Amino acid sequence: MRIFDPHIHMTSRTTDDYEAMYAAGVRALVEPAFWLGQPRTSVDSFVDYFDALVGWERFRASQFGIAHHCTIALNPKEANDPRCTPVLDLLPRYLAKDGVVAVGEIGFDSMTEDEEKAFSRQLELAREFALPAMVHTPHRDKLAGTRRTLDLVEAAGMAPGMVVVDHLNEVTVDVVDEAGAWMGFSIYPDTKMDPDRMVAILQRRGLDRVLVNSAADWGRSDPLRTRATGDAMLAAGFSDDDVDKVLWRNPVEFFGQSGRLLLDVPAADQSATFAGNSLLRGERA
Amino acid sequence: MSGPQNADRGNSVSDHSLRGTPRGKRDLTELPRSADAELLADWCTEIEADPTRIRTRFPAAAREIGRTPGTSPEPGAERVEDDVRVRLLVALGRGLAGDADALSAEVHDLYRFGDADERRAVLLGLGLLSDEVGDRAVDLLHDALRTNDPRLVAAAMGTYAARLDDAMWRQAVLKCLFIGVPLRLVAGLESRVDDELCRMVTDYAAERRAAGREVPADALPFLPTPTQTSRES
Repeated sequence: MRIFDPHIHMTSRTTDDYEAMYAAGVRALVEPAFWLGQPRTSVDSFVDYFDALVGWERFRASQFGIAHHCTIALNPKEANDPRCTPVLDLLPRYLAKDGVVAVGEIGFDSMTEDEEKAFSRQLELAREFALPAMVHTPHRDKLAGTRRTLDLVEAAGMAPGMVVVDHLNEVTVDVVDEAGAWMGFSIYPDTKMDPDRMVAILQRRGLDRVLVNSAADWGRSDPLRTRATGDAMLAAGFSDDDVDKVLWRNPVEFFGQSGRLLLDVPAADQSATFAGNSLLRGERA
Repeated sequence: MSGPQNADRGNSVSDHSLRGTPRGKRDLTELPRSADAELLADWCTEIEADPTRIRTRFPAAAREIGRTPGTSPEPGAERVEDDVRVRLLVALGRGLAGDADALSAEVHDLYRFGDADERRAVLLGLGLLSDEVGDRAVDLLHDALRTNDPRLVAAAMGTYAARLDDAMWRQAVLKCLFIGVPLRLVAGLESRVDDELCRMVTDYAAERRAAGREVPADALPFLPTPTQTSRES
């Protein structure tokens, strides 16, 4: 089973996770820029974070035979802090880079005016740089937030096929489906969505425009939920090809619209990969 | 300090593993056919005429002109996008000829706002801009040498590293041994090695042995007597 995790925050994960992910079949991923649990208080913190996403983290992943991509944006939560919003002016520097495959995560957290302003501005940037957009949907007031999201996408003149609306569930999937946008599902140990509910949605509406991710980050989450979903699909009678479509070809199709995928890594030989490993802290054993 | 000064230590650093072709002084040889040489020539002309154009061309160079597939973690690997970007830097040097401060500022920005690939190319290009920028970009080597990315550390040890002071240069060579950067990638190693570096590497080897670990082959030429360098575990 080859897996492309279209949403995972590796900055918060360990090398054990990278090893386990590779063993489970993960060969590529997208790490969206988001908040870090601890709020940032300056633009410089964003710059260092973005640099890590296009630098150190991509290198870390390459050592484990995994192609690392990222999305760049001011996230909705921190769009409310006037100390952070000037980062919007620096985004073009990063949106021009290889491996930056979308503008994201953008969207709503508390549905404030400031969030809407940052959201709209970043949809404009996505159009300007011909990049897809990855939109986070709020934990609270999710359906209203999802509807407002789709309105803003339309108002921005963005093709729905260039947008993934993420963290969907049974209540929000249909409005996104009808709008023609891509549907993202975050499979979590105990919130958001689980593998069996995911399988039920796939049985009901089919496999097109669906992205399944682990959204693993610094909270309680599991980078192997993508694999668990693939296994649940097989157990429910889906074919290997169906699983490949959902867990590999769909994300490749969606992010491939950026023209920035770096997907030729997975040929890396795992033993060779470790030869130059500097993640052993200090010297090699 | 220059020239091997270790005759009294009974070792010779001029033998085996340190020889090779350091890539520090990069020859601008033929690009592979997969690269769009015509577009590259256009961009070089454009940058020479308007040096600010490098700000958008440099990050886009790999996908527009040519790149080696994959993102290998291997230090010192020959990569098409490195050669492409180094050529853009050389064009920048021509465009800003005679204005070393402006050239240095532009190079610093390319590094500051570059991803790991772009930064590596800046480091690789410094050897070819050495006469133009003088010591102005040594701080970029310091930045790269603070990272733990062997590809950046290796790129920082090209011919421009001749401008590092002795203490920093020795630390950098030792770091190469630590993180697995082959010493053949260190430009001018044979002529710059000195007693102090040999002492540092000897201590390093002793620490490895004390821990029951293998001493890297690249360290062997620095050690006092080859017979003592056999592995003990």
